[in-house]
Amino acid sequence: MRRNGLFALQLAFTLFICAFLIVPVILSALAGVTVNFFKGLKSGLTFNWIIEVWGLYAETIYLSMGLAIVCLVITLLLGIPMAYVLARTGGRLSRFIEELITLPVAIPGLAIALALILTYGGFREFRSSWLFILVGHVLYTLPFMVRSVLAVLSSINFQELEEGAASLGAGFWPRFFQVIIPNVKPGILAGSLMVVTLSIGEFNLTWMLHTPLTKTLPVGLADSYASMRLEIASAYTLVFFVMIIPLLVAMQMASNSGQRKKKSTAVPDLPIKRS
Amino acid sequence: MQETTSVQIENCGKTFADGTQALEPINLSIEGGETVVLLGPSGCGKTTLLRIIAGLESPDKGGKILFNGENVTAKMIENRNVGMVFQSYALFPNMTVSENVGYGLKVRKMPARERETRIQEMLDMMQIHDLAERQIDQLSGGQRQRVALARAIAVRPRILLLDEPLTALDALLRDRLRMEIDALLRKLNITAIYVTHDQAEAMALGDRIVVMSKGKIAQVGTPREIYYRPQTDFVADFIGTINRLPGTEKLCRPEDIRIVAPDQASHVGVLAASQFLGDRTRLVLSGITEEDFIVEAPLRKDIPLGSDVPILIDDRFLIDPKAVGA
Repeated sequence: MRRNGLFALQLAFTLFICAFLIVPVILSALAGVTVNFFKGLKSGLTFNWIIEVWGLYAETIYLSMGLAIVCLVITLLLGIPMAYVLARTGGRLSRFIEELITLPVAIPGLAIALALILTYGGFREFRSSWLFILVGHVLYTLPFMVRSVLAVLSSINFQELEEGAASLGAGFWPRFFQVIIPNVKPGILAGSLMVVTLSIGEFNLTWMLHTPLTKTLPVGLADSYASMRLEIASAYTLVFFVMIIPLLVAMQMASNSGQRKKKSTAVPDLPIKRS
Repeated sequence: MQETTSVQIENCGKTFADGTQALEPINLSIEGGETVVLLGPSGCGKTTLLRIIAGLESPDKGGKILFNGENVTAKMIENRNVGMVFQSYALFPNMTVSENVGYGLKVRKMPARERETRIQEMLDMMQIHDLAERQIDQLSGGQRQRVALARAIAVRPRILLLDEPLTALDALLRDRLRMEIDALLRKLNITAIYVTHDQAEAMALGDRIVVMSKGKIAQVGTPREIYYRPQTDFVADFIGTINRLPGTEKLCRPEDIRIVAPDQASHVGVLAASQFLGDRTRLVLSGITEEDFIVEAPLRKDIPLGSDVPILIDDRFLIDPKAVGA
């Protein structure tokens, strides 16, 4: 091959970029299981730091997981009907509402948090409970659920599907649960993974909204970076990775299978069998 | 055979929210067991009328739909017991073929065993038994249409409504399915309303054709009446090809004109174009009227372009749109 030289160059460059991005991750992960990071790997490997992280920060991990699950339930309950109504109504108004609920993504989290504190900070019980953080997370993640369901809804002719179901005698609820929901499942799945991932990783908003008793995992991370030894912070990062990477992989797989499905619908119109 | 359902459409108009009037108030009576085709160009209101009959749209105030004399205007489609076949089939991608066919039965809470029997019966009738466990996205267009038909008739609807069911298919398949639908409708003896813009489909399937134009009914009649006795210029032009005779308002179908020896000719035209269609040849003659004059005849030999073509127009075959109606 003539382009051998060029190819080798490109490969080297790509590998270099990959290494540039991956090496810090590996180093950080290693730091979390090294006895003494400044002495290097020869000081030996240990799980003690992870155990220590668990002792110190288990609460934040539970809270983050709990928050993510409740946030998911709420965005499902709000987001799916909202996407359905927006898709049905159509027109300028629904476009406007879609933009409106997307605003929290564009506005800095700190600003949203500040607005929430100014408005609801006076309700002490509410302010100091995890529900306060939940409100912020729902605000921030809802648009991702709505948009991904809406995208699927507008790619299928759901109104005709509904009319088809209605013509067969199905009222609104059977139509919604037996026809609409199963057919927007890819969107719901993609949206759900997005919501959980974002909720677990959210820092800006949460940092402003948290109290010492309502620390989430990323807030805990920041705390450990600031006040703990490097090995503990790194072990904590490792825990975070272990939680978030399966979600990211699942998200990728879900979107891949969604695309495959779309391709397979383009079946050629084969002549039917003669009777 | 079960009792058939007649349909009365009384004063049904439709004005959309933006003020466009899709349908002027229309009256039409459809007998039980009859197949009526709503025919017209796009935008003529035929689909709107079908959707009003189905219960997917409500007519403007004052409009009424009666099934066997019972006023169903206020009923939603799910309570009208109609079967509907959509242009893009509207099959449920989340269900297999059998589940699609059985959906209406499931909604009606038919016991599982009885439901299974009915599904098998429908799959047999539409010859899609082999496809029972397939997903919808694994079917071709023609197969989808069969599933859509099976699904619509599985619930034994009072009326079958078909909205351009063959439009999305290629010509060969369309012909074959048209014959099958015709046989099916005769066999079921069900009241059927069929919407199409294809006049050949309308003539082949309809006991009666309702020709529509700009939200109004232009003419109602049997396919023969519509073809040979069109009451308006619109109908005459829309159904088949028609020639206007010089100096009169009379019309004449291309296949009723004969090519004759020069001394027997009533008119002589110059051949401007010819298309060999297999069973016949379509000749476009100039010099008889301002417009092109179309003659269709079974010709074994080519006539060279530019040559004179002597024709005879028999008075018996002349169509006078003004004189009919009576």
